[in-house]
Amino acid sequence: MTKLSMTVNGKPVSGNVEGRTLLVDFLRQDLHLTGTHVGCDTSQCGACTVHVNGVAVKSCTMLAAEADGADVATIEGQANADGSLNVIQQAFQDHHGLQCGFCTPGMVMATADLLKNNPTPNEADVRHHLDGNICRCTGYHNIVKAVLAASGQDVDAVAAE
Amino acid sequence: MYDFSFVKPGTVADAVTALASEDAQALGGGQTLIPTMKQRLASPAKLVSLTGIADMQGVSQSGGVLSIGGATTHAAVSAQAGGFAGLAALAGGIGDPAVRNRGTIGGSLANNDPAACYPSAALATGATIVTNTREIAADDFFQGLFETALDEGEIITAVHMPIPEASNYQKFEQPASRFALVGVFVAKYASGVRVAVTGASEGGVFRWSEAEAALGANFSPDAVSGLSVAPGDMIEDLHGSKAYRAHLVKVMTSRAVAAAG
Ligand SMILES: Cc1cc2nc3c(=O)[nH]c(=O)nc-3n(C[C@H](O)[C@H](O)[C@H](O)COP(=O)(O)OP(=O)(O)OC[C@H]3O[C@@H](n4cnc5c(N)ncnc54)[C@H](O)[C@@H]3O)c2cc1C
Ligand code: FES
Ligand code: FES
Repeated sequence: MTKLSMTVNGKPVSGNVEGRTLLVDFLRQDLHLTGTHVGCDTSQCGACTVHVNGVAVKSCTMLAAEADGADVATIEGQANADGSLNVIQQAFQDHHGLQCGFCTPGMVMATADLLKNNPTPNEADVRHHLDGNICRCTGYHNIVKAVLAASGQDVDAVAAE
Repeated sequence: MYDFSFVKPGTVADAVTALASEDAQALGGGQTLIPTMKQRLASPAKLVSLTGIADMQGVSQSGGVLSIGGATTHAAVSAQAGGFAGLAALAGGIGDPAVRNRGTIGGSLANNDPAACYPSAALATGATIVTNTREIAADDFFQGLFETALDEGEIITAVHMPIPEASNYQKFEQPASRFALVGVFVAKYASGVRVAVTGASEGGVFRWSEAEAALGANFSPDAVSGLSVAPGDMIEDLHGSKAYRAHLVKVMTSRAVAAAG
């Protein structure tokens, strides 16, 4: 077992893990932060996307031990301080960017990663950036709308594909 | 995944020592190795993470050569290799953002997946692969599917790429895996043109010498139009036949030349 400590959503946490413990399992099973989902467990779907030291990673494809000392952000830390939805979450709700919602935590985290580096992406930027996030419900169109809306842009301009 | 012990040394020397024990394996970004271990296709007793070694990070440029630390992520290369635009674009097109934030150039070259992007850039630039013990020319490094010149426990610490006058990588993406169905890297130097093809051949990444000669004489997309690649050695799977891949090699080469300008 390896001892580790990290910051998750601003709070210091620590634990004892096996070498093989994945970051997503540490988050879900040890910290009970079950908002981060496991869709595929084969690095394909992005449902498990979290931020480690400010960048998006697939938490099913990173060892918990590798995140020792890191600053981790998950979907649980995304809402505003008063508990209301943040601007990305609100845009997903307003624009029907989700149906079953299984992919949504990963979509929101990937979107936050995009908007941090590119505050006003165009449609192609959004689709390229969400390449690693699979949604089997929405057909993506409303997700793209939600991301553009979250960046403060006019969404009527997005043509249906 | 079977359990293993995990160490994260801070220097190449400590990593080499840690890798000397039986069944120890290097861990780069884990974007290939962790999925492989989940499938129990690999089961090392010890993983030696290379991501804590400062000397193996970052991109620098001097005397027309781009040097990339062996543990530099694809995202970092995409952001920092501005002096070699063809390579920055290749790195920015690997997989997806989360894969690029973890996956490393050393891991990609060591793995030598027949559909990976970086091997084509290394071969087309005539790169030098630097390890903890020696320097290996790209022409000698890639030895077939998932096979390289690396010895047991040998670590890629850096990669040196001569920066071409003009270059471009064209990737025909296999949309489910996000790897290259066929990818072609074209690099033009004062001394000649080098063309490396990934994704296509059963022998892994290869140089297309007829195209190199034709483009050396006339660097234009039409220069390859009369050439053809023998389909015999091409990969055949549910995504494409041998003939389809052979045809794509030519189309991608021509597009890469057009884009390199
Ligand atoms: C969804 C998805 C899409 C992808 N798409 C693409 C794509 O389009 N193009 C592409 O090229 N790749 C793609 N990849 C693979 C990705 O680029 C990996 O990052 C890369 O192949 C391996 O790098 P790594 O650092 O993750 O290595 P690891 O997975 O950590 O290691 C891979 C192998 O290399 C060895 N190794 C690692 N680092 C070193 C080193 N410095 N020296 C010696 N040996 C070392 C390990 O022991 C292991 O055998 C994709 C991966 C995923 C999950
Ligand atoms: S659960 Fe991690 S990528 Fe699908
Ligand atoms: S909303 Fe169901 S998977 Fe995306």
